[in-house]
Amino acid sequence: MAEYSAFSLLKNALTGNKDWKPAWRKPDPKASYDVIVIGGGGHGLSTAYYLAKEHGITNVAVLEKGWLGSGNVGRNTTAVRSNYLLPQNTRFYEHSMKLWENLSHDLNYNVMFSQRGCLNLAHTPAQLDDYAKRGNAMRHLGVDAELMSVDRIKRLVPALDVSGSARFPVLGGLMQPRAGTARHDAVAWGYARGADRRGVDIIENCEVTGFLRDGDRITGVSTTRGEIRAKKVALAVAGSTGRVMQLAGISHMPIESHVLQAFVSESLKPVVDTVLTFGMGHFYISQSDKGGLVYGGDLDGYNSYAQRGSLPIVDEVMSEMVALFPGLARVRMLRSWGGLCDMTMDGSPIIAAGPLPGMYLNCGWCYGGFKATPASGWCFAYTIAKDEPHEFNAPFTLDRFYRGLVIDDKGQGATPRLH
Amino acid sequence: MLITCPYCGPRDVIEFTYQGDGNRERPQPASQDLDAWNAYVYDRLNPAGDHNEIWQHSGGCRAHLRVVRNTISHEILSTAFARGGHKTESRS
Repeated sequence: MAEYSAFSLLKNALTGNKDWKPAWRKPDPKASYDVIVIGGGGHGLSTAYYLAKEHGITNVAVLEKGWLGSGNVGRNTTAVRSNYLLPQNTRFYEHSMKLWENLSHDLNYNVMFSQRGCLNLAHTPAQLDDYAKRGNAMRHLGVDAELMSVDRIKRLVPALDVSGSARFPVLGGLMQPRAGTARHDAVAWGYARGADRRGVDIIENCEVTGFLRDGDRITGVSTTRGEIRAKKVALAVAGSTGRVMQLAGISHMPIESHVLQAFVSESLKPVVDTVLTFGMGHFYISQSDKGGLVYGGDLDGYNSYAQRGSLPIVDEVMSEMVALFPGLARVRMLRSWGGLCDMTMDGSPIIAAGPLPGMYLNCGWCYGGFKATPASGWCFAYTIAKDEPHEFNAPFTLDRFYRGLVIDDKGQGATPRLH
Repeated sequence: MLITCPYCGPRDVIEFTYQGDGNRERPQPASQDLDAWNAYVYDRLNPAGDHNEIWQHSGGCRAHLRVVRNTISHEILSTAFARGGHKTESRS
């Protein structure tokens, strides 16, 4: 019987809910492991889960400097989509989408994956042409995409201002119907429980302070809870990649850490039942099951490790929301926060063995890491277990920048704040 | 965040455009040293702490500035003209 089911819910309700087990243990670190995963966020936890489930490697520790899921997995705006232009990205994110579609069942944990669609609005004829091109590229690789007329958009999102007098009139849009949202905390907790039940040690409040080395080779880590040795050390630390790589003596990376803000409004009755993006700025919005509007915009635009943003972006995001939805002008913002984005030079991630022997690197998620959580862990686990990349992550190397193999979906060049 | 422009005085950050890591060394235009070009285009220091960076006062006097800013506190420690290229010290 599955641990969580209608039957177990009923049984525990009748016995006073005394028999539930904690979702994961709080073990002390052992002296050594086969694999250490640094970073107890979505990607680190899913890596540990798939190491155990797909490759039978269970002597694994996940080290988290704070509490589980305190970083980006709980700070994102929960959108899941695979609407990319370039085939390397499309294949990888579509693999992720397929894992999402079965994730609640696989984890026996309801991640509330809701395929409500993601609609990119176009405001100029050239933009609509560009979306048609992207939609065709997606369909060519078997991903769903539909070009939408203004009439259909108006029916789908009645609150949207599609009148000709809007500041940026809507001319159409590109819809991916299988895209959607998921409950981000449940993703972290579900992967944590799944990994824990297969024997993985999840060690919270354990910050890595240095690497143990034998010559060039990484042989373990020193932490605030002592030294831990491992045959393989895997990094999944997102916005802290620069900081952790410096502990390993690598000062330069093709990455800048930036802060991205996100916002939630007070709860409203259902008003937007899809994920909507604005084409004349950088703005995206969806509505949570609790009724709060979840939305965000652009990066603050300068290097930061602060996990908090500043007011000019708040002002910009609000004005973009009101340009699209004049009727929401008097809705109050409930809270806002910031998360660190590891922005690469081409806007695509890095999942690869190296750069030092015994080290494995998963980073560069820019501000699109949440939707990648299942495939990122799945591919990273494959790479760690077999010491070679799966075909889905083979293009996402660290040295692609120096070999002319960049994967620049947006075509912005080496200016991370613009990706 | 306020940046003190040497010409214009303290101004809101929205008047400025960020141009990134000021530690990068641009090779001579005729250089065929690929490693040097790759490092200039793609490698970043990205410190958690004081960061030497280039900003332009694009909404003001348009001067390029060398700013030392802390990436954890966002505190600005110094501002000077960036004349002399990315790597060279300010000469004004």
